[in-house]
Amino acid sequence: MTEVFLDNSFIGTVQDPKSFVDRLISQRRMGKIASTLNVIYNEALNQVFIEMSKGRAVRPLLVVKDGKPLLTERHIQQLEKNEITWSDLVKQGVIEYLDATEEENALVAFYEGELTSEHTHLEISPMDIVGLCTSLVPLGNYNHSVRLMQGSKNQKHAIGFYVTNYFVRMDMDVNLMHYPQVPLVHTLTHEISNFEKHPAGQNVVVAVMSYDGYNMEDAIILNRGSVDRGLGRSSYYRPVSSEELRYSGGLIDEIGIPDKDVKGYRSERDYRFLEEDGIVFPEAKVAEGDVIIGKASPPRFLSSLDEYNLTSNQKREASTALKHGEEGIVDMILLTENEEGNKLVQVRLRDLKIPEIGDKFTSRHGQKGVIGMIVPEEDVPFSASGMKPDIIFSPHGIPTRMTVAHVLEALAGKVGAMSGRFIDGTIFASEKEADLRKELLSLGFREDGTEVMYSGTTGKQYKARIFIGNMYYLRLKHLVSNKMHSRARGPIQLLTRQPTEGRAKEGGLRLGEMEKDTFVAHGASLLLKERFDSDKLMVPVCENCGMVAIHDARKNKYYCNVCGENVEINTVEMSYAFKLILDEFKSFGVYPKLKLKGKY
Amino acid sequence: MEDLYAEYEEKLPQKLIEEIKTHVPSKISKTKLKAILEKVYLEYITGIAEPGECVGLVGAESIGEPGTQMTLNTFHFAGVSEMNVTTGLPRLIEILDGRAEISTKMMEIYLKKPYNQQPEQVKKLAESLKETLLKDITTSMSINLAETKLVIELDEKKLTDINVKPVQIAKVLEKNFKGYALKVDEASLIIKSKSKEEDISGIYKLKQKAKSVYIGGVKGIKQVLPVKRGDELIIITAGTNLKEILQLDFVDQNRVMSNDIFEIQEVLGIEAARQAVIKEVFKVIDAQGLNVDMRHIMLVADTMTMSGTVLGINRYGIVKEKPSVLARASFETPIKHIIQASITGEKDDLKSVIENVMLNQYVPIGTGLPGLITKIKKA
Repeated sequence: MTEVFLDNSFIGTVQDPKSFVDRLISQRRMGKIASTLNVIYNEALNQVFIEMSKGRAVRPLLVVKDGKPLLTERHIQQLEKNEITWSDLVKQGVIEYLDATEEENALVAFYEGELTSEHTHLEISPMDIVGLCTSLVPLGNYNHSVRLMQGSKNQKHAIGFYVTNYFVRMDMDVNLMHYPQVPLVHTLTHEISNFEKHPAGQNVVVAVMSYDGYNMEDAIILNRGSVDRGLGRSSYYRPVSSEELRYSGGLIDEIGIPDKDVKGYRSERDYRFLEEDGIVFPEAKVAEGDVIIGKASPPRFLSSLDEYNLTSNQKREASTALKHGEEGIVDMILLTENEEGNKLVQVRLRDLKIPEIGDKFTSRHGQKGVIGMIVPEEDVPFSASGMKPDIIFSPHGIPTRMTVAHVLEALAGKVGAMSGRFIDGTIFASEKEADLRKELLSLGFREDGTEVMYSGTTGKQYKARIFIGNMYYLRLKHLVSNKMHSRARGPIQLLTRQPTEGRAKEGGLRLGEMEKDTFVAHGASLLLKERFDSDKLMVPVCENCGMVAIHDARKNKYYCNVCGENVEINTVEMSYAFKLILDEFKSFGVYPKLKLKGKY
Repeated sequence: MEDLYAEYEEKLPQKLIEEIKTHVPSKISKTKLKAILEKVYLEYITGIAEPGECVGLVGAESIGEPGTQMTLNTFHFAGVSEMNVTTGLPRLIEILDGRAEISTKMMEIYLKKPYNQQPEQVKKLAESLKETLLKDITTSMSINLAETKLVIELDEKKLTDINVKPVQIAKVLEKNFKGYALKVDEASLIIKSKSKEEDISGIYKLKQKAKSVYIGGVKGIKQVLPVKRGDELIIITAGTNLKEILQLDFVDQNRVMSNDIFEIQEVLGIEAARQAVIKEVFKVIDAQGLNVDMRHIMLVADTMTMSGTVLGINRYGIVKEKPSVLARASFETPIKHIIQASITGEKDDLKSVIENVMLNQYVPIGTGLPGLITKIKKA
């Protein structure tokens, strides 16, 4: 008697588990029960498990009977003529889906030639063992598995051509490449996914060599000439929006150029880009501090006291201006209304991003790096035929990472570029290296892809031959201009009087707990104090009660709120954060008494 | 020659001088020896921590940084798969937290000279150490519901192994269960209540209790394993009982080791516990192939044991002992400490690092330690 479990709950018993499982499977292949049902007989436990639950990963395989796949030439012909589809094959039981449990009892052949009578399934394509993104890596089977994964991950950050209707969209934080190209070395997935309609990189000439040390630690060297001709050029789009909010009492925001008497009026210069409707004009070049959408809000509170106040009816300035470090060109303006029917103005800013030192690039093999130097074209090394590389890649990136496909792609790309065709780099089904080498030789190059090259600065021939080839390089969306940040002085937080945090707020870089420890460990006590002086404060302290006293700067008099004027009050230096915690102690009823003492 | 050594006796520690004496060739000129001594002295004073050097923090960083490289969960198998020992980061945390209950208690028992050679003999001794409970030597324990009695079937083979007779076991049980009548029938024991009342739940409880009745061996020793260490055989045990093991005459009292620091503190005192902390911490760091100077670990052990009992490096241990309210409050549970301080009217002298960082004052360490004292002439 064998127990049967459906989704891990007991449903009954069967006498003959093997024929029961066989019958279930054959029923599934006939299409009589769901194709997503999986069943397995565990002989060691003597239990049958049926799986129907949601969220299992299943994958399709060709069913094999007596060493022959059920998929015949006829099926393929029908598929080509569009007479049948995938789901027909599933219904006919030619293809079935296996999950992790049923895979345990399956013997799957990788290639058709490997089939024996013991095999139960055949892989539809060897490419199936990798996912969609990973199969975009050409020649992936030559790579170390870790690099393969990193390579597929990096592609998701590539700047490309993400949609074709980008010019009417208001997406947040978008990059668009100006001259994207289809890869010379492509895979089947590129074809299936219409990659030529949304490419995400460019074919460049890569030389593997060092260049004055500017490409050490994974950095890459770019050719100034290539950059000037548009290599890696992209635009960055960002929307700015503002709406007319409604307030109680029928009051409403007003989008327009604010009057000069509004509360918080900026300078006239800041509003210079606004047209009569209070919105910037298209193609205006705006920078930090410039108002994009002018707006005035009604006064915040109408209390009884304000009625006698002349300023009470003053409107407040509520314009949207560019924050610290932001700049761009107004690309598109959209006037609409939101769900509540309020007027909504959206302005799309565009910013040209030319590759600069610090921008991130990668090949499709996890070989990412930032630009270390952009070399003037005349200084770039050149080959005997006068070919200059667009990118110089450091050879130190290869041995430890074992990204063989990176090297092979350059070789294959060279063949593709010289013979004028695309090279198939589909994983496990790519063109053979030996054939590529032969073709390269017939094209008049050395078969190993190296060439004699000359220094761009001296014109002398390099002693070593340089490996040079064509690769598909991706520009990643991590651009320095969006990340670079520094501060010497700037805004502080209201509560603690310490510097603000974060790039957007022009914040400081925190010297944290562990960094503090390094100062202490070196005994650099005075330096440490200086680093923490950002919120230092001179505090008058009453010697009588030990509380913070008051300094009346107008009369230049010190007095204590508790003890009056005739007490000794001394000024001490402390951090504002500590003064704050003293106040917090007081607020929950603890009396923090300061006792002053001469230090020496 | 001797007077030259005597000259340096005050400058150098005794041990260094001894070392120089053994390494220097006997025939050496006075000037050469003087030069050597001077060089050693120079090296020695440059090695000494300077006044105001932050030894605690340097120690913490020196142990903490390699600690980040440690493998998270590692078990060391002491020969058999059943006997694994917690090592690596979990063990380090366990030691430094000053936990009373450690996850894998272990002993290394060295034996005295004649006992530590023959494998057979050592194995027998090892077996005698193992704690035996009644359930370990029974084949079955059943309750006869009709007559409300407990029938215990003893395993005769195991009885001969540990050299115990059923009658002896009966005596032990009689001592443990007063109010019950015991009958020995060859290899089976029958226990019945003396009172007339038939109490089934009582007999059931009796069965549970009987399972863990102590028969022989050393309490707490769960497993034993004879292991070859150098040219002798030692016994490694799972579970510890330092106090009783030390009383056995075949045990080499000077070399027996337990990894339970609290047990060592109880049996041998606080100095031994300090040494145990050093040894255990060093063992963990060494096993990971990391290199930490012994003096950092010694400082940690000193800090943990200086109060007279082993304290952990956490808010219940050494942090609780800190004199400064602000320092304690800055480390976990601040409100508790501030309220306690306000009730008792505690005073903070601002003498250590954290308080002065909070106040943005000079930290009394390194360059912040010395002050300049001048007399100001009053005009």
